[in-house]
Amino acid sequence: MKKYSRDEMAARVARDIPEGSYVNLGIGLPTLVANHLPKDREIILHTENGLLGMGPAPQPGEEDPDLMNAGKQPVTELPGASFFHHADSFAMMRGGHLDFCVLGAFQVSATGDLANWHTGAPDAIPAVGGAMDLAIGAKNVYVMMEHTTKSGESKIVPKCTYPLTGVGCVSRIFTDLAVIDVTPAGLALVDMVEGLSFEDLQRVTGVPLRR
Amino acid sequence: MIDKRVATAEAALADVTDGMTIMIGGFGAAGQPAELIDALIRRGARDLTIVNNNAGNADFGLALLLKERRVRKIVCSFPRQVDSWHFDKLYKEKAIELELVPQGNLAERIRAAGSGIGAFFTPTGYGTQLAEGKETREIDGRHYVLEYPIHADFALIKADRADRWGNLTYRKTARNFGPIMAAAARCTVAQVRRFEPLGAIDPEAVVTPGIFVQRIVEIDVADPKSRAQAEA
Repeated sequence: MKKYSRDEMAARVARDIPEGSYVNLGIGLPTLVANHLPKDREIILHTENGLLGMGPAPQPGEEDPDLMNAGKQPVTELPGASFFHHADSFAMMRGGHLDFCVLGAFQVSATGDLANWHTGAPDAIPAVGGAMDLAIGAKNVYVMMEHTTKSGESKIVPKCTYPLTGVGCVSRIFTDLAVIDVTPAGLALVDMVEGLSFEDLQRVTGVPLRR
Repeated sequence: MIDKRVATAEAALADVTDGMTIMIGGFGAAGQPAELIDALIRRGARDLTIVNNNAGNADFGLALLLKERRVRKIVCSFPRQVDSWHFDKLYKEKAIELELVPQGNLAERIRAAGSGIGAFFTPTGYGTQLAEGKETREIDGRHYVLEYPIHADFALIKADRADRWGNLTYRKTARNFGPIMAAAARCTVAQVRRFEPLGAIDPEAVVTPGIFVQRIVEIDVADPKSRAQAEA
């Protein structure tokens, strides 16, 4: 059995984003998804600092300090792009206009609760940004994360122990081992990496899975 | 004749006093009115409440205001960044109060202030730490949190072009909080790259109508002479 690499995870997420979607990719791992979107699909990327139709990073020397993504990295605008202020940008999320967002996570619960903004450690400086707005706003919330922590504990848990970002908001979980749907009847396996048995996947997953 | 042009950044901020609430535009460095913030530092006002998306980057603009310990409280969504060392130090010393607000709630609370809305129910943050102690309501089967507007004494924003009536255009993602902060403050000061004659900005292209803007200062950041003049 071979786990998905970060790029393979990103490619697996990209496969599930259909033609014509408006999509927001979170900071970190989800940003990689942009590199794997099929070229034959027209997919419009939203960045919450105020741009629809975001393009890839500019050529060296072409960076514009007024043209950034939510991670404050220089980006480009594609033909057909539009700029807007912050209240409009978050109306696109909260108002349910965005089809997909892809977020990283510390934990996802059996009922689709998401924890991804704060470890809750007393000395940690909390920062939330747009995570809570995306979590409850997008029509489909995709989570992309390692299946287990570095010490081997499942990041899919009966109940989140980290502070919540949103309640019951996750639609689908993409890990380095499997793709899992959050359904009213519980977590349901969509597919998994080659060479892994359902029993072995269940053993490293903190919540019962349905096939 | 209505003429909102002011010769220098310092003159535009002459009536900022201790204890005021000041909104500062920008998302990171994009749209941050750094020259107005420099003038605010020179002005010397202390004990300020600052509203911004972040809590300063590197040794630039808002970060310097924090370094000078002029800020009692900051209202923001994302203070912790790789280059927010001045904020981090104050926070660890408990020398600054932090009100952490989800970014969309921050934007909508600012928008509400400028629009005369008394409060609003938002789904963002429901069931999380950031909604603890707040009034909630279930509407049509969905849970919402009651959030109140954020008003300010001053808004300092950065725009691209302005005419003497204060009509503003912006540049790319530097627009971010500018238009909503302009409406939410009692006195909005915009630093702009270029003054235009009245009528030179296509009315269809005006993003912030001049009614929301009280003072404008021309500072072409790329032109050292303009910067020096603004600081005079």
